[in-house]
Amino acid sequence: MNWIAIYPEIYLLVMACVVMLADLFFKDADHRVAYGLTLLTLLVLAVMSGAYYASGLEVFAMQRMVIVDPMAMLLKLFTTVATGISLIYARRYALDRGMWGGELFSLSLFALLGQFVMISGNNLLMIYLGLELLSLALYALVALRRDSALATEAAMKYFVLGALASGFLLYGMSMIYGATGSLDLGVAFKTIAMEPINRAALVMGLVFIVAGVAFKFGAVPFHMWIPDVYQGAPTAIVLLVGGAPKLAAFAMAIRLLVEGMFPLAVDWQQMLMVLALLSIVVGNFAAIAQTNLKRMLAYSTIAQIGFMLLGLMSGMINGNGISASVAYGAAMFYLVIYVLTTLGTFGVIMFMAHQGFEAEDLKDFAGLGKSHPWLAGVMAFLMFSLAGLPPFAGFYAKFEVLSVLLATGRVWLVVVAVVLSVIGAFYYLRMVKTMYFDAPTREHRVQASPVAWALMSLNGLAVLGLGILPGGLMTLCYQAIANTLH
Amino acid sequence: MQSLPLLSLSIWTPIAFGILILLLGRDSNAPAMRSLALAGSILSFLVTIPLVTNFNLADAGMQFVERAPWIEPFNIHYHLGIDGISLWFVPLTAFITVITVIAGWEIITERVALYMASFLILSGLMVGVFCALDGILFYVFFEATLIPMYLIIGIWGGPRRVYAAFKFFLYTLLGSLLMLVALIYLYFQSGGSFNILDWYTVPLSSVAQVLLFVAFFFAFAVKIPMWPVHTWLPDAHVEAPTGGSIVLAAVMLKLGAYGFVRFVLPIVPDASHELAPIIITLSIIAVIYIGLVAMVQTDMKKLVAYSSIAHMGFVTLGFFLFSNLGVQGGLMQMISHGFVSGAMFMSIGVLYDRMHTRAIAEYGGVTTVMPHFAAFAVLFAMANAGLPGTSGFVGEWMVILAAVKGNFWLGMLAATTLILGASYTLWMVKRVFFGPVRNDHVAALKDIGSREFVILALLAAAVLWFGLYPKFFTDPMQASVTQLLQHVAASKLQ
Repeated sequence: MNWIAIYPEIYLLVMACVVMLADLFFKDADHRVAYGLTLLTLLVLAVMSGAYYASGLEVFAMQRMVIVDPMAMLLKLFTTVATGISLIYARRYALDRGMWGGELFSLSLFALLGQFVMISGNNLLMIYLGLELLSLALYALVALRRDSALATEAAMKYFVLGALASGFLLYGMSMIYGATGSLDLGVAFKTIAMEPINRAALVMGLVFIVAGVAFKFGAVPFHMWIPDVYQGAPTAIVLLVGGAPKLAAFAMAIRLLVEGMFPLAVDWQQMLMVLALLSIVVGNFAAIAQTNLKRMLAYSTIAQIGFMLLGLMSGMINGNGISASVAYGAAMFYLVIYVLTTLGTFGVIMFMAHQGFEAEDLKDFAGLGKSHPWLAGVMAFLMFSLAGLPPFAGFYAKFEVLSVLLATGRVWLVVVAVVLSVIGAFYYLRMVKTMYFDAPTREHRVQASPVAWALMSLNGLAVLGLGILPGGLMTLCYQAIANTLH
Repeated sequence: MQSLPLLSLSIWTPIAFGILILLLGRDSNAPAMRSLALAGSILSFLVTIPLVTNFNLADAGMQFVERAPWIEPFNIHYHLGIDGISLWFVPLTAFITVITVIAGWEIITERVALYMASFLILSGLMVGVFCALDGILFYVFFEATLIPMYLIIGIWGGPRRVYAAFKFFLYTLLGSLLMLVALIYLYFQSGGSFNILDWYTVPLSSVAQVLLFVAFFFAFAVKIPMWPVHTWLPDAHVEAPTGGSIVLAAVMLKLGAYGFVRFVLPIVPDASHELAPIIITLSIIAVIYIGLVAMVQTDMKKLVAYSSIAHMGFVTLGFFLFSNLGVQGGLMQMISHGFVSGAMFMSIGVLYDRMHTRAIAEYGGVTTVMPHFAAFAVLFAMANAGLPGTSGFVGEWMVILAAVKGNFWLGMLAATTLILGASYTLWMVKRVFFGPVRNDHVAALKDIGSREFVILALLAAAVLWFGLYPKFFTDPMQASVTQLLQHVAASKLQ
């Protein structure tokens, strides 16, 4: 047993329970104690992950069920930070809506624990366990506002579709197990690499696994839940659903597809290509038609995920010049930037919402550029970044993915992606237009604590800062992937 | 002097002032922000002067070079430098920015700080485009200019400003994204370098050259704009505020033309030679057809916008003649058009501020009520028509001469611009400035104040200086243009 590998998970589990209990004992309206404990937990976890990453630790633990490698620690660090940011942004919003309390904190922590397990899983069962722990916590979180019919409906949809996807994944995993005789990803890799007998079963299993992964990302045609959940769930929860779990899903994709089934890469890359193209097309076109901002951002998410998948499918080594780790590094960078941006956009929506008002419509943002120039500026930065314009971080995310894609020689795909991103630019620009060119339709009230304000400013500046100096984060992502795969 | 990073200063001084204004600016302290913007723009212009005075005429290569690693994983550098081709555009941009700041002085009363900041930041970004020697750095500056311009048109523009802003943005974005693909392709072909100068020597197959040419063509032709991808320009000009029109015509259009000389000609010379007839044809169409279109305009701004397209047709024509005279003529035309179009839009802005209409039919006899203004405006109109002694003449004459040398009939067609340009410009001048005073509104017009006088006088001085002593401007170009043509003449096929 190598306990050091799972200290963060153990600590997280204990603290999730402690937070739950603490909230029962210390009853104040603001739930200060539980909130403070939660943030402290996240802070310690972040420091822990950072220290693990810095030490370059790389170990298997618990009979190879768990792996700790640079990618895992880096992603754990990012998911922890994303969860922390989500909670800080959510505070006022959740307080106003009676969602603020022990359930929110402990469920967020359990969701994070699920993500940790997914990220570190080296075994089909482990990954599945993590995924289910995450999903169950998220279902409950979406339904947290019991009095909201929309939220309940969103939770229902999410749950039914999520259960279906779990079924897919589990079915695919069982086939892989049947064909390779092991749940261990390393063993699966070796078996597949040695001329497998059950190739048909393997590819069949692969199809279901890719479907399960695509569902978690929200790629077309497994995207149905995204618009409904993003629109229906309370905005605070959208942050928790749309932020950190995407990073965990990325880890899952890398573990299953690359570490487990890279010998089948030719097959799954084809699948990812189709998913990516469909996602970019459907996401961008559907987003244009939306007047509800949360729904528009949901479709934009689908399109962005499509772009990320283009990076994920580009890791080919057969002599076309780009090593696999560069492609996965590009995809990871894309996702990290995407999560950073998404936290900001939904954060701004929450800042604008107040008691009895959600600020979800595009027109609710009309004239914001004049009444709250700073917040509008941050939102404009985020929109330009999502559109992929320099000098914002989103540009380098797209640039990297395009370059690894071009290295694989699929020029037509690059051109299609480029043309479609001009369509994407349209609706991001429309948001900027609404804030700056339109006359206000109502008075804007912005509600947020000073800490949330500071963090939001930092978020906006980070999008610009990482656009001017992206090198550090890029290198970090590349190295994490390269050291993990080597 | 080399110790000072002059190019970085030229780029970041206006941007720093822009950000400062953005942070300090409130509706209440608008006057202070105006003064700060003026100070910033003048300082930015002064910073660019040492570039001219210290420029080494004999050196064909890049001068004032700065190079530092920027994005290590992709071997991207913060790499700046200018040669004789880019030299003049740096002070031109800074000069035009001073003009735009003054042009928006009294007219812009809403969100003054944002307005001034947009222009200053835009100025720095455009200077960056002309100085960048790294493909991605170039692209970042090139693309980033869209954002302030989008805001300028959309916030302070006319009634159809939203449509115009979107059209402007999406047209040019599509073009430049294709260029990005080309840049990444060149990165792989050159073995992992984004250095533009390295790309000059990379061998490329014929097919690759044509594809690269097409990708670059989209980006630059839209920006120039060439016929038939010009339709965004009249919309953008008509809706943009005066300052926006000035920057758009005087500098932004040059970014596209500059791209042709910096990227297309030296990087894909074989494709350039092969496809030159197409570009020349498009240029001639721009000169003649758009010239005719300009003639029937009833809106002054639209007329000048169309005349810009026609004038820029001359630039591309000059470049694709592949002769020293032609390329220099194209560059001279770019600089001259920067002054003249800026001056024309400024003059229209002066009239529009007073009358709130740009319809030619509403005017008449302006000379009698605004004699000082009319003197300037007629001078600029003459320059626009290409009268010898003004800047408009020099570039056109050089290009026509180069065209005649290549092919007489081509020269003939190109020379029709002198007739067309003269006719639409003079006809407009006649209807607006001469004749009897048309109505009471015109009769009540006040002549220009000192603020407007200063801008117009500065522009007039530039137009005359350039027209009477062009040698000052052509001398630094010689060496670099000769070297450029050597690149173009050498085949890169293997």
